[in-house]
Amino acid sequence: MAKHQVYLGVDVGSVSTNLVLVDPKRLPAESVVKKIYLRTNGAPIETLQAGLARLQSQGQWDILGVGATGSGRELAGTIIGADVVKNEITAHAIAALLHNAQVRTVVEIGGQDSKIIVLRDGVVVDFAMNTVCAAGTGSFLDQQASRLSIPIDQFGPLALQSKNPVRIAGRCTVFAESDMIHKQQLGHAIPDILAGLCLAMVRNYLSNVAKGKAIHPIVLFQGGVAANAGMRRALEEALELPVEVPPYFDVMGAVGVAKLAQEHLESSGQTTRFGGLEIAHSHFTSSSFECPDCSNRCEIVQISRDDSPLACWGSRCGKFSE
Amino acid sequence: MKVTFPHMGNIYIPIESLVQGMGHDVVVPPMDTKRTLDLGTKYSPDTTCLPFKIIVGNLIEGIDLGADCVLMAGGTGPCRLGYYGEVHKGILEDLGKKVEFITIEPPRGNNPNFWPQLGKLFEKTNLKRFAGGCLLAWAKLNACEELELLALVVRPREREFGSTSRLLKQAFQQIKKAQSLSAVGKFREESVHAVKGLMSTSEKEKVLRVGLVGEIYTVLEPFVNLQIEERLGYLGVEVYRTISLVDWVKNHIFKQGIGLRIDQALRRSAAGYLRGFVGGHGLETVARTVDLAEKDYAGAIHILPMTCMPEIVAQAILPQISEDKHIPVLSLVVDEHTGEAGFQTRLEAFVDLLHRRERCRILG
Repeated sequence: MAKHQVYLGVDVGSVSTNLVLVDPKRLPAESVVKKIYLRTNGAPIETLQAGLARLQSQGQWDILGVGATGSGRELAGTIIGADVVKNEITAHAIAALLHNAQVRTVVEIGGQDSKIIVLRDGVVVDFAMNTVCAAGTGSFLDQQASRLSIPIDQFGPLALQSKNPVRIAGRCTVFAESDMIHKQQLGHAIPDILAGLCLAMVRNYLSNVAKGKAIHPIVLFQGGVAANAGMRRALEEALELPVEVPPYFDVMGAVGVAKLAQEHLESSGQTTRFGGLEIAHSHFTSSSFECPDCSNRCEIVQISRDDSPLACWGSRCGKFSE
Repeated sequence: MKVTFPHMGNIYIPIESLVQGMGHDVVVPPMDTKRTLDLGTKYSPDTTCLPFKIIVGNLIEGIDLGADCVLMAGGTGPCRLGYYGEVHKGILEDLGKKVEFITIEPPRGNNPNFWPQLGKLFEKTNLKRFAGGCLLAWAKLNACEELELLALVVRPREREFGSTSRLLKQAFQQIKKAQSLSAVGKFREESVHAVKGLMSTSEKEKVLRVGLVGEIYTVLEPFVNLQIEERLGYLGVEVYRTISLVDWVKNHIFKQGIGLRIDQALRRSAAGYLRGFVGGHGLETVARTVDLAEKDYAGAIHILPMTCMPEIVAQAILPQISEDKHIPVLSLVVDEHTGEAGFQTRLEAFVDLLHRRERCRILG
């Protein structure tokens, strides 16, 4: 059987690590032939390897190129030999445009950060990320769901049952939590509290991340939190606009960066630097030390593959980076 | 006296010569490190700005190296810096550091300390010696700034990654050690020539020109702005720094010293957005962003310390300028909690945005 020709996109985030295989010959809407969504659990290298192993066991692939994004993009890019290493804002914008070229606003709420991307005529013209506080991101919703012993996938359906959401103070997660406990102790029903929490999170997002941004349709909602139907409804109510959730909302960064890898290789005519799916079975180690050579005291990280050094980074002067 | 003072970029190089011209020994505190920041945040009120905290760290490290006198800049507001000297003095006293604390204030109002403090500073020098120190400091300030600005142009075009910064570091040490005007001139000339030689003649990708506006300390101190100029250089961006210490001295000491007004041009540029002085560099930020748009820069990056009042005023105005004048603006707030990853992500995304925008402009 011939190998399936695909581009690999990898998004190593704080909470999840996503891998997607994109078929360049298919239409954008159905181009994702494989998607793997894993919890990073603080071990980006192992998680990435687990993802690659799973790809290897699920088909015969000819990987034409690789892109890496997410907060762990440098690390991931080094380990797998990525052709393109891009920040998550650009990657998300590209994926949104693939889904719908008319999109003008992208709301992205992930595990530990949230962003807004404003596009006009297919070009990013403005963006913002949460700056000072992680309130309103996936981790907090996760945490609250587990505190209430509700599986996270039940969070949305339960919140949708609410007719009278209670008002929760959403400025800060710590205060939101104590306010939720207070509302529980007053006897409010769980669905009303969850719906209230969604509204508070959306209020927080709009007043912190999206403040001063002109939000016009079409609005796409992506990132892991878009799975939560309660958050979708809260966002639609607050914006008074329909909000669309693309089919691969939880892996949009990976889809976007796979596309960027394809664009890069096709325009430059280069061949991929990808190290092969066998990387899954290599042994990676990382060590770090503080460079004593100057007052910057940079923290240098060295990654080795099967005991031979692969890359070094972290120095401001460029030392060790060769 | 053994005098120490806070850091701000390379300003320690000219200040050292200036203070030596006053007949004092100089203790340059260690360059800003995590330790400086740790000391500063430990002993500072939480809601003060990052510059305040780093300065506390600098002063403690300077005193620990044997300084017995602290030289600090003052001011008359509305920026809180004007009162920082007093608070710093209190913090050092509480820590049991016994030092002379001299705050140089503009001679406005009836500041009873002005003449006595000045007297103490100058009691060990004579006019000739002091004039010599001033000239040497002025020459060093000019030399450092010329090299810094040149590096901004060369870095995005350098042949070998990191070579500009490495060369610059050596050059600053030579200039620091120079003891005569002719030596400064010689090192300046040699270094300028050497830095220019690092430039590649062919451009791989179009270099974008981006202006850097904002609060003076965060713009000029690489430790505080996470080496924003270098980061942008490596992303293929030529940075235009809208704040110049040489111009600051010309305006505030030479021109204002003889009673000339210095902000007419700024007011003209900021017309319609901000009517006048709001403290610090708030007016400059607004005016310069308008200027950048009119000079066809690809974008503007605004950097400010968290809780900085003048820059918050400017930050609120910038989106309107961005919309009216079609210039993308990115505001970056820094404090001791600023994460490097998020900072880099914003810069990269902003540069991507500018590149794609330029491409669309070319395609029409």
